[in-house]
Amino acid sequence: MIRLFSGDGPRSTILALILIVIGLALAFAPFLFPGVRALETAARICIFVVLAASYDLLLGYTGIVSFAHTMFFGLGAYGVALASTHMGRGFTALGVGTLAGLAAAVALALVIGLFSLRVRAIFFAMITLAVASAVTVLASQLSAVTGGEDGLVYQIPRALGPAMRLDREIAGVTITGKILNYYVVFAISLVLFLLMLRIVNSPFGRVLQAIRENDFRAEAIGYRVVRYRVTATCLSAGFAALAGSLWAIWLRYVGPGTTLSFEIMLDILLMVVIGGMGTIWGAALGATLMVLAQSYLQNLMALAAGATEALPILSRLLDPDRWLLWLGVLFILSVYFFPTGIVGRLRARAAR
Amino acid sequence: MSEPILKLEGIETDIGRYHILSGVDLEMPRGQVTMLLGRNGVGKTTTLRSVIGHWRAKSGRILFDGQDITRMPTPAIARMGLGFVPEDMGIFSDLTVEENMTLAAASGPLSPKRRDRIFAAFPPLATFWRAPAGTLSGGQKQMLSIARAMAEERRLYLIDEPTKGLAPAIVSTMAAALRELKREGASILLVEQNFAVARALGDRAAVMEGGRIVWTGAMAELATDAKLQSRLLGLSVEGV
Amino acid sequence: MSVQSEGAPAHRPTFAALSARDKLAKSAPFLLLPVLALVGLALIGTWPTWLTLTVSGLAMGMMIFVMASGLTLVFGLMDVINFGHGAFISVGAFVGISVLAGLGDWTGAASLALNIGAVLAAVIAAMAVTGALGWGFERVLVRPVYGAHLRQILVTVGGLIVIEQMIHVVWGPDEIFLTRPEMLKGVTLFAGAAVETYRLLAVVVGLVLFVAMRMVLRRTKIGLIVRAGVQNGEMVEALGYRLRLVFVGTFVAGSALAGLGGVMWGLYQEVITAGMGEEMMILVFVVVIIGGLGSVEGAFIGALLVGLLQNYVAFLAPKLALVSNIGLMTAILMWRPEGMLPVVRAK
Repeated sequence: MIRLFSGDGPRSTILALILIVIGLALAFAPFLFPGVRALETAARICIFVVLAASYDLLLGYTGIVSFAHTMFFGLGAYGVALASTHMGRGFTALGVGTLAGLAAAVALALVIGLFSLRVRAIFFAMITLAVASAVTVLASQLSAVTGGEDGLVYQIPRALGPAMRLDREIAGVTITGKILNYYVVFAISLVLFLLMLRIVNSPFGRVLQAIRENDFRAEAIGYRVVRYRVTATCLSAGFAALAGSLWAIWLRYVGPGTTLSFEIMLDILLMVVIGGMGTIWGAALGATLMVLAQSYLQNLMALAAGATEALPILSRLLDPDRWLLWLGVLFILSVYFFPTGIVGRLRARAAR
Repeated sequence: MSEPILKLEGIETDIGRYHILSGVDLEMPRGQVTMLLGRNGVGKTTTLRSVIGHWRAKSGRILFDGQDITRMPTPAIARMGLGFVPEDMGIFSDLTVEENMTLAAASGPLSPKRRDRIFAAFPPLATFWRAPAGTLSGGQKQMLSIARAMAEERRLYLIDEPTKGLAPAIVSTMAAALRELKREGASILLVEQNFAVARALGDRAAVMEGGRIVWTGAMAELATDAKLQSRLLGLSVEGV
Repeated sequence: MSVQSEGAPAHRPTFAALSARDKLAKSAPFLLLPVLALVGLALIGTWPTWLTLTVSGLAMGMMIFVMASGLTLVFGLMDVINFGHGAFISVGAFVGISVLAGLGDWTGAASLALNIGAVLAAVIAAMAVTGALGWGFERVLVRPVYGAHLRQILVTVGGLIVIEQMIHVVWGPDEIFLTRPEMLKGVTLFAGAAVETYRLLAVVVGLVLFVAMRMVLRRTKIGLIVRAGVQNGEMVEALGYRLRLVFVGTFVAGSALAGLGGVMWGLYQEVITAGMGEEMMILVFVVVIIGGLGSVEGAFIGALLVGLLQNYVAFLAPKLALVSNIGLMTAILMWRPEGMLPVVRAK
């Protein structure tokens, strides 16, 4: 087991228990939580765990802030969408789209990395923000190719669609293509997650952390800091693109709002910060919490806003559309008061 | 004997994770030139930076003219009358020589009398008065750096290696200017690797080793005792 | 060796004249502007169209410069990168436009004096609010994270979101459309081309601000401290200046200028949204990066380049207008990786 985790276990009993619960819940989601909504949520969690972990590869392990992570995510998603639209439904289209998206993301990350990390790491945040916003604009403007604001709706292989039904029931649940699709998403997410855990615990990952702690010293010891940073950027972009492809396979729809938006970028940031920067496990925990909160807490806000209708300002503050306001506050507070996130806290507690 | 102009008591300073000063004790008599000597990396620069407040001493006390300045912000220390010439000279290279000097005179415009005195000590500064300081040569930058410290009446000068990497002719200009300061009765704490200059200027000497001061005494005593020199500074005796 | 006590120094001063090549390297960024304008003229072909586009490009550039100047100085002085700067643009616009709406009698009258008075009132209110907001922002959010870029970026992004959302809470979720004051509507005939009056005004205001800012930076002691502080803050403190105060002052002034930029931009677009600051930040970042972080002159040239290029490209190939800025940034960074006029830092 520990080898599967590349020697980097949760290192805290409470954390281990939480993660086991999350893992089991995701593994048996179609049987434990019947209903379309629950399955949507579970798939979303799987994909965002990968996405957040890939972002943590950069933010937590390399100490670089990027605002282009949704762009890479989007490239993977649009790759699958475009391939499925133009090549027709089929597994070939999914494969070609995924590979094309992956290649595009890595290439773009390489170019951005070479341009901005060569001079100053701080350029990276600004340049990725500028490039990502330009790509978002482009995606909605080039509507002939990307479907513009409406995005693209396409078909995926029949075996993965909701219309396909096996004649068999398992534990009282009819197995549909949707459930098979979920297990594709789950299995690939799990593999990608373990792969990232392996990367950060490899010698390469340790060099990244040394650079994060003190880049001058790492350079002095003889590590080519820029090369390591650029490599981390490319890796992170690649994993994000793969998560995007999974997302596209699951949703059967791709649009700027579901892949490229700045709001998703903020979600990812929050997942990583709340879960704990620099711990891949933290990304998993943060993503799970955030997706659950988004799916169920916003309803609660609507209720609260309705209940406080008499108090104009308060009810406006509690409006579900002001979800981001609270995220922002939470975000600032966690950067100040929980810089190591939930995982850091739990591990510190276990170490005591 | 009057109160020392500067007194350090058990100063310890860390830089990041590195422990640089481990208990520096020093008393600097008023109106004299105290040489701070020692091999590279023993903590001379860190001592100066701890006094001005660029690095914060983690423990110990720094008394400037009897007043405790250990926790004072750098600008307040400077305004008490402390002129600082850092090792890297701290020249504002995009500003002209004139602008550098204007800034150095923090409490008011540079008086013409002082300006003339500075020009007399460092003629190139007059020539390049309106040129960007970045275009000056290394020696001229060092002149500007010391001239800035001289822009106002100071109670104490902290000067870090003013002759580092300079041609002999410029070293003598620098030494002449410092000697002029000394003649006026200034108190100077001077870090210097050039032993000839140190011997010519210093009244007293303090030698550092491994983050503390291991020897204090009259400069003349150190200058005449070759064995002491080689023990404390690792200097070869020839040429002295 | 002997140490002389008297006499002239033995070395001969030589004037450190800049070689022709160095001079060209220094002024090359300034030459980019006329070059871009001429290329634009050649491609666009007709004089009036070109002039109209150039004036609107300059107007846009001036407004971006107003927004960017504070950001670049704050970075230069304290090495603080404020991703929340855009929030001040939005807040400035909403405050300013609210004041204008309240002064409907003045803006509706066909009197230049009343119109300008209303705009001035709006600008003053916007700058006061954003200046105060900047002061609080620095104190609450930025101060605890000095020297930590990663946390600075995260915290200021958080601040941006919160302020933007608070605009929604106070002013409602929808964009607000507005009309310019009577006398600022319409066009002025200028050198054979019809140019929107407001754009001319924006160019003049931007130019005046740039000149004033340069005067302050060159001729006053505060300006000297700021310029010196950008290069070596530690030394400025060692000379006895409280750089912190100067920094807070710069932060407040920069925030107020962002507020002014917000009002100007709102009047230019005739619509304001809570997200406008965030959108403008993209251009602001491009401008400070290509100008060279910390350089006011660099930001000025950068802003004008961005404004002109965007307007020319919008005419020649509309779909590429926004991407053109990324292209410009790429080209400039290939030429000068630190930006056009990078500030020489001591460390």
